[in-house]
Amino acid sequence: MSAGGEGGGDGQLRRALSALRHDPLALTGSAVLALLVVVGVAGSWLAPSGVNDVDVDRMLESPSWSHPFGTDELGRDVLSRVMVAARVSLQVGLVSVGIALVVGVTLGLFAGYYRGWLDNVLMRCMDVLFAFPVLLLAVAIVAVLGPGLLTAMIAIGVVYTPIFARVTRAGVLSVREQVFVRAAVSIGASDLRIMRRHVLPNIAAPLIVQTSLSLAFAILSEAALSFLGLGVQPPAPAWGRMLYDGRGFVTDAWWLGVFPGAAIFLTVLAFNLVGDALRDVLDPRQLTVSEARRSTA
Amino acid sequence: MSPQPEPAEVVAALDDLTVWFPTPAGVVRAVDGVSLQVRRGETLGLVGESGSGKSTTGLALLRLVDPTSGSVWVAGQEVTRWSRRRLRALRRRVAMVFQDPQASLDPRCTIGASIAEPLIVHRLTDGGAARRRRVEELLDLVGLRRDLADRHPHELSGGQRQRVGIARALAGEPDLIVLDEPIASLDLSVQAQIMNLLRGLQRELGLTYLFIAHDLAAVEHMSDRLAVMYLGRIVESGTPAQIWREPAHPYTAALLSAVPVADPRVERQRRRIILTGDIPSPVDPPDGCRFRTRCPQARPECAGTDPVLVEVDGEHRAACLFAGEAVRAMRAP
Repeated sequence: MSAGGEGGGDGQLRRALSALRHDPLALTGSAVLALLVVVGVAGSWLAPSGVNDVDVDRMLESPSWSHPFGTDELGRDVLSRVMVAARVSLQVGLVSVGIALVVGVTLGLFAGYYRGWLDNVLMRCMDVLFAFPVLLLAVAIVAVLGPGLLTAMIAIGVVYTPIFARVTRAGVLSVREQVFVRAAVSIGASDLRIMRRHVLPNIAAPLIVQTSLSLAFAILSEAALSFLGLGVQPPAPAWGRMLYDGRGFVTDAWWLGVFPGAAIFLTVLAFNLVGDALRDVLDPRQLTVSEARRSTA
Repeated sequence: MSPQPEPAEVVAALDDLTVWFPTPAGVVRAVDGVSLQVRRGETLGLVGESGSGKSTTGLALLRLVDPTSGSVWVAGQEVTRWSRRRLRALRRRVAMVFQDPQASLDPRCTIGASIAEPLIVHRLTDGGAARRRRVEELLDLVGLRRDLADRHPHELSGGQRQRVGIARALAGEPDLIVLDEPIASLDLSVQAQIMNLLRGLQRELGLTYLFIAHDLAAVEHMSDRLAVMYLGRIVESGTPAQIWREPAHPYTAALLSAVPVADPRVERQRRRIILTGDIPSPVDPPDGCRFRTRCPQARPECAGTDPVLVEVDGEHRAACLFAGEAVRAMRAP
């Protein structure tokens, strides 16, 4: 179910895209994301050396022409590792937000459309999930399922599901009262058809915004999990893990922490810039849940 | 009135229908004991001011609101307690045109998709090409250019949008079309066009209408029979001629006196019956006759008895203890 994209492909999205073209921050964000995608897809081919090429003669070398980001304690090229790790971050971000989107939108749709006990049960479950601190919940899920790429994706997906359920439900509650929904009922359209054809396309805008913002937080969560050793397992590179490994060398080898840290920072910033810009053009009045959380924190 | 050769088939009917809505302020008795029948090929005009329950009555006929008591009949079957699922197949038989054409069309759907929806839902056409042809046929019927099928509602004018709403209602070839104030939100010049379209379509296709309006003059010319609603009840019904010539209920007389006459000399001398006050709250309707709080001819008896519809002359019926007499008293110089 491509909830976000479907139905957004009309005038509103086109207007939004043209507005984005004139927003320097959004343009910068998009450029960084484009670079990230290229590196994420082709990182292992573009990387100057193998991620696990150990070179004991060149341990902890500071940045130079041959190793622009320096080398780590095993003599591995940090630039190559940052580049290859981009794939992990992107993959975890996309898959986990994809899970959250599909599950959250489905639950929110049914809760908001049918109201009543179903709404109560589903949304109270979401409240329980939502009440946990993000990282604590993710750690708990990983602890149950065991660390690894897949469980990190599932954990982060579960953590972000309530946000999508809430944003969706809020949209459904207003759209279901519209006359065109009543008109669809009067025609004899089934509930599923009404949800798919009439409700979902009309709440696409807040969902697109929420998706781009959630991608930022999902990538941050992945970094946190792998920092704690609960994400991708070594020797495969991940930004959070690299930060962790570099923490013992902060005073002697700053490049071990700075470059993966900068990668995380730029990625999250880029998703946020694009998300904020999308919200401004698609959905000026909507206060997304992540923002509400930030303002109350 | 010309005698009918045989009793006309009843397409849809309400029997002693009540629709109550619980609200924080109390139970709103939107419809409180309404019976009516719509016969094949006719236009039944349902008139009342806002808050009279006329729109709710229309929605109840489509089972778009749930009746509190009474029964709803469509095509000879009682559908009062049918499940939503079971009702879906029935939805083809009764269609609705909504008051606000802007709000009743999904802004994300093209005109063609909106019109085609009944065809898809009820599997009335085989394949995309046949559907496309049928949509074009429907666009022709309501006087819209075929290329509008690919446009979105916001690209159309109000009148065009209402034509789309009518085309959508026609798509399933329904037995009855409920027109819920179909011209009330349109410009005056467009109103006439839509009225003419509706009349033309009825002639051409033999349609049956339940025409809901707040303005007696708007439906009078088009209706075969009229029913006037006040505070959830039908207070008078009959043919337009009967009601126009000799209204039997003071409320109808007041509505009629609000209709301006085109001749300035007549208009100047005309006695107008001005109703005071607003329509009472349907949460707490007056006891006895509901109209007595605003009736210029209210008498002590009116507080004690809740009048039912009684025959005045053939099909002409009124719910007033002093039917006819009260109106004559009001109109007397």
